[in-house]
Amino acid sequence: MGRRCAVIGIGQTKYMDRNLAVSHRGLIRDAANKALADAKMTWQDIDCIVIGKAPDTIEGVMMPELYLADALGAQGKPLFRVHTAGSVGGSTAIVGTKMVASGVHDRVLVIGWQKQSESQATWALSPRIPFQPPLTAGAGGFFAPHVRAYIRQSNAPDHIGIKVAYKDRKHALKNPYAHLHQPDLTLEAIKNSPMLWDPIRFGETCPSSDGACAMVIVSEKYADRSASPPAWIHGTAWRSEPTIMAGRDQVNPLGGRECAKDVYRQAGVTNPRKDFDCAEIYVPFSWFEPMWLENLGFAERGEGWKLTDKGATSLDEGGDIPWNCSGGVLSSNPIGASGTIRFAEAAMQVRGTAGEHQVEGAKLALGHAYGGGSQFFAMWVVGSKKP
Amino acid sequence: MRDIAIIAFAQSANKRNEQIYNEAEILAPVAREALQKAGLKKEEIDFTCSGSSDYLAGQPFSFVIALNAIGAWPPIQESHVEADAAWALYECWIAMQADESINTSLVYGFGKQSMGSPRDVMNILNDPYVETPLWCDTISMAALQGRALIDAGLATERDFAAVAARNLKHAKSNPKAQCKGDFTVDELLRSPTLASPLRKHDCPPITDGACVVILAAGDTAKKLCKRPAWIRGIDHRIDVQAIGRRDLTRAPSAQIAAEKAGVGAGKVDIAELHALFTPQDIILRKELGLASDCVINPSGGVHQGNPMMGTGLVRFGEVADRIIRGEANRGVAHATQGPCLQQNMVAVLEGK
Repeated sequence: MGRRCAVIGIGQTKYMDRNLAVSHRGLIRDAANKALADAKMTWQDIDCIVIGKAPDTIEGVMMPELYLADALGAQGKPLFRVHTAGSVGGSTAIVGTKMVASGVHDRVLVIGWQKQSESQATWALSPRIPFQPPLTAGAGGFFAPHVRAYIRQSNAPDHIGIKVAYKDRKHALKNPYAHLHQPDLTLEAIKNSPMLWDPIRFGETCPSSDGACAMVIVSEKYADRSASPPAWIHGTAWRSEPTIMAGRDQVNPLGGRECAKDVYRQAGVTNPRKDFDCAEIYVPFSWFEPMWLENLGFAERGEGWKLTDKGATSLDEGGDIPWNCSGGVLSSNPIGASGTIRFAEAAMQVRGTAGEHQVEGAKLALGHAYGGGSQFFAMWVVGSKKP
Repeated sequence: MRDIAIIAFAQSANKRNEQIYNEAEILAPVAREALQKAGLKKEEIDFTCSGSSDYLAGQPFSFVIALNAIGAWPPIQESHVEADAAWALYECWIAMQADESINTSLVYGFGKQSMGSPRDVMNILNDPYVETPLWCDTISMAALQGRALIDAGLATERDFAAVAARNLKHAKSNPKAQCKGDFTVDELLRSPTLASPLRKHDCPPITDGACVVILAAGDTAKKLCKRPAWIRGIDHRIDVQAIGRRDLTRAPSAQIAAEKAGVGAGKVDIAELHALFTPQDIILRKELGLASDCVINPSGGVHQGNPMMGTGLVRFGEVADRIIRGEANRGVAHATQGPCLQQNMVAVLEGK
């Protein structure tokens, strides 16, 4: 994949319902300033800025990076905008990596962001389009049939979805940036929460957040002399497939399987459950944990829920392959940043900078994002050692 | 750096109002034509990237439906930019530089401006807290830029009209052109102003359309195309947006991009400029350092058709086509977005 590159700086905002203290500018600068400080760099050191977010309808600004050019310190520099639906935060990190891997730039600032409080996401994602049937269900309504199909195919018991939500929210208590901090949350409370889109309960869905996540990605030359620990990028991959196509497996999409195969090959991963120390996976609705466990090859088809059930993915239960130690998308979801956060959290783990939710001695981690109708996939593998 | 070239280009006919087909339907035959020209099957494309705007289509994820025109099965390596498709071409170029297993790329852009009122829609491209409430539409902002040129003694309304007359004359040989014809400067100057000093002929038409470019690397390009249009330099830069903080007679980011792309390293035969308004043509010629013997906008430029979000990519295609056909040896393609030439991309294409 071209030249070696590494992440040497990461910055996140505190994720929350409504960040009324800052404008768009303030939000992205908060994350970017923290990432630059972590990398021990200044704005002048940056060669290129790659920025990603999900639909512009959410903030009501068309291509907002144009007006944010000064806030991004981009005057006279290249500024590049990515938009690949929910996977965009991951795709943005991949584009940033390629800017360095290609030999074109040495020091790239990558930012994923969304300020969801500026509108209502379900509305922004489901407008009435002439000549098309309206989809006023939002993302949850779209994915509920996929989840139902998974439960039917795998015979998974009802409590799995509840357990995932409980586990990720408990993980979130160890992450100061997480949106949802619910120390008193119980399995019972999730079970009794309203059924929004059967079988997805309110307690099993992601929140709607304001937030930004930034990373500094540099070439080997700069990573080698970096004062802060690098997370080396061992592989990146992306895949896309159609939303609707007869015969497409929407529960276990081929695009996700092929994307994983590609990134594992680049990183030399043959047994993901054994080779990875942890993973940050895009799970916006709790049932996607067992679904992606299977899609990403951590479990055989129909067996993913058993890993969740046994606590294999739980940091608190001492699982062998903890997923979403940060609390995941279920605890913070600024859509356009959510993929970037997964990629950044994976990097934090192998840098040993994840604080309270650190997996001890993590050396290799997987970052993952998906979007659209389970049709866009972006992944990277990061390690503490040079590839 | 690997040698990467444009080997094929196709575009739809520029139309003021495409009432029958949606974006994906406009795009599908164009993609077919480009693949045919390149002699490739869609399965032989290693990477795909597109450029479009949700606000133009009036719906989130508008690019998802357009993907159906390309056919993403079995799953493909693909990405999308919320920008003019020239930036999608840049992403393909980067992907091909970063990964030697990517030997071919397909780039597409599409836009149906007729779905809304572009002059109004573009207002929300501005700072939402300070400028959008003032309702500074694109034509008014471009008029301020034209006025700045006149006030600085750098151009006159006659110069603007001459740019329009040249573009519309060139467009006569462009079978895809929406606007074309022979007009004298005096004739054009008799029309009323839309936003002084700009008249209708100074502004881009409203266009529905799509375009596709196919890139190939090294030996693959040579095998597929007799005379590929090699990308010898490509760069893009941005300036701050607020027009009150810029010298509107200049486009510093265009100048940096031109320098980095190496425009000045040789004679430029042709240049296709993404100058939406005629004053921008005058600014760009200077910033890019184009000599007087360089043929500007042989296709008719933006004034023959403006399929927004694809308009910049069309500039690349028009230059490449002329190199592929042997009509030019060295050409410059330019793309822009943001008000008053805020963000600019410049590339040098060569037949050798």
